[in-house]
Amino acid sequence: MARHELLSPLPGTFYRRPSPEAPPFVAVGQTIAAGTVVGLVEVMKTFNEVQAETGGTVVEILVENEDAVEAGQALLIVEA
Amino acid sequence: MAIEVIKPGLATSVQDAGRSGYYHLGIPPSGALDQYSFRAANLLVGNDEGAAVLELTMLGPELAFRRDAVIAVTGAVMTPKLDGVAQACNTALAVKAGQVLSFDFLKGGARAYLAVAGGIDVPVVLGSRSTYGLGAFGGHQGRKLAAGDVLPIGAGTPVRAGRSLDPALQPVLEKAVELRVVPGLYDHRVTRASMEAFYADTWSVAPEADRIGYRYRGGRPLEFVARTQPFGAGSDPSNIVDACYPIGSIQVPAGLEPIVLHRDAVSGGGYMMVGTVISADLDRIGQMQPNHKARFVVVDLAAALAARAERRARLDRLRASLAL
Repeated sequence: MARHELLSPLPGTFYRRPSPEAPPFVAVGQTIAAGTVVGLVEVMKTFNEVQAETGGTVVEILVENEDAVEAGQALLIVEA
Repeated sequence: MAIEVIKPGLATSVQDAGRSGYYHLGIPPSGALDQYSFRAANLLVGNDEGAAVLELTMLGPELAFRRDAVIAVTGAVMTPKLDGVAQACNTALAVKAGQVLSFDFLKGGARAYLAVAGGIDVPVVLGSRSTYGLGAFGGHQGRKLAAGDVLPIGAGTPVRAGRSLDPALQPVLEKAVELRVVPGLYDHRVTRASMEAFYADTWSVAPEADRIGYRYRGGRPLEFVARTQPFGAGSDPSNIVDACYPIGSIQVPAGLEPIVLHRDAVSGGGYMMVGTVISADLDRIGQMQPNHKARFVVVDLAAALAARAERRARLDRLRASLAL
């Protein structure tokens, strides 16, 4: 099993859900495919989708909703 | 046809030295937010220092070159890659027709400048090739780049690749900066204790910060001096009778979150301004990412002019070091 860190492409504010009432994009234990949207990063008044580069099982989510993130920061860990 | 946009990046736009002389008509200067790094990029590839470049914001584009070119990337640390192979920042690089230029994650600063020998040859509008997004003119079709756009490159004098920017002349990119401010013209609207708090507090760049204005949060709200609402001013204590907004002026709507106006600003309105960030520090604002920290530090006009002279001297050293 290979562990992949999914990195934020942008600095900004990370959101785990598409809107405050909606369920999170992904949860621990969930199987995702490459291209699955795992969260949003808000910067310069735009919300940018973060997509998984590789598929697998989400084993850990490293940031909380509305955390400040940097470009290149690990957001979650996927096992494939 | 010279460069084709495969992926546009977050907010990639054509910018140059700016559009001077129309701010009184509501048309802001626009142009590269970090003018120093922008000029360095041009000088590295043998361009006139005011030639049009691409300003890359926090997430770089993916570009296919349709002809041989010499390029340089300065400013924010976003490692350029040619066909996936990492290249040096602050260096003139040779690109072959057919190669794809992409960028690694942002590792410092916020805006990188991509100069191409010959310059980005979009039409000149009111004396500048800079994009003014709010006005939807200048640059490439008045907007940031989109996938499928094709950018023409001007005829340049051939330059050799390989020249690098002296590390001593590279911009200093920090996560916490001090921004020098000349107070006024409306800080009399705020209590003295509250202005002292404003200058004592550390402010974080808000994710909304952009080319129009840099919004900060995290410091204490302003306390206003009581007044009778003047004829023509809005009812909020931060409102004034409409006035001109200098580039660099700090407005604080409702006394809550300071906004430093930058090169795409609107030219006037009804918010009081507590001070103006000096021109020598505007480049550093353009290199601030969300959540970077700033403190506002009071200086007098003599210190602001000295800082401007120092900045001009540094630009002269840059020009001398990269003279062909």
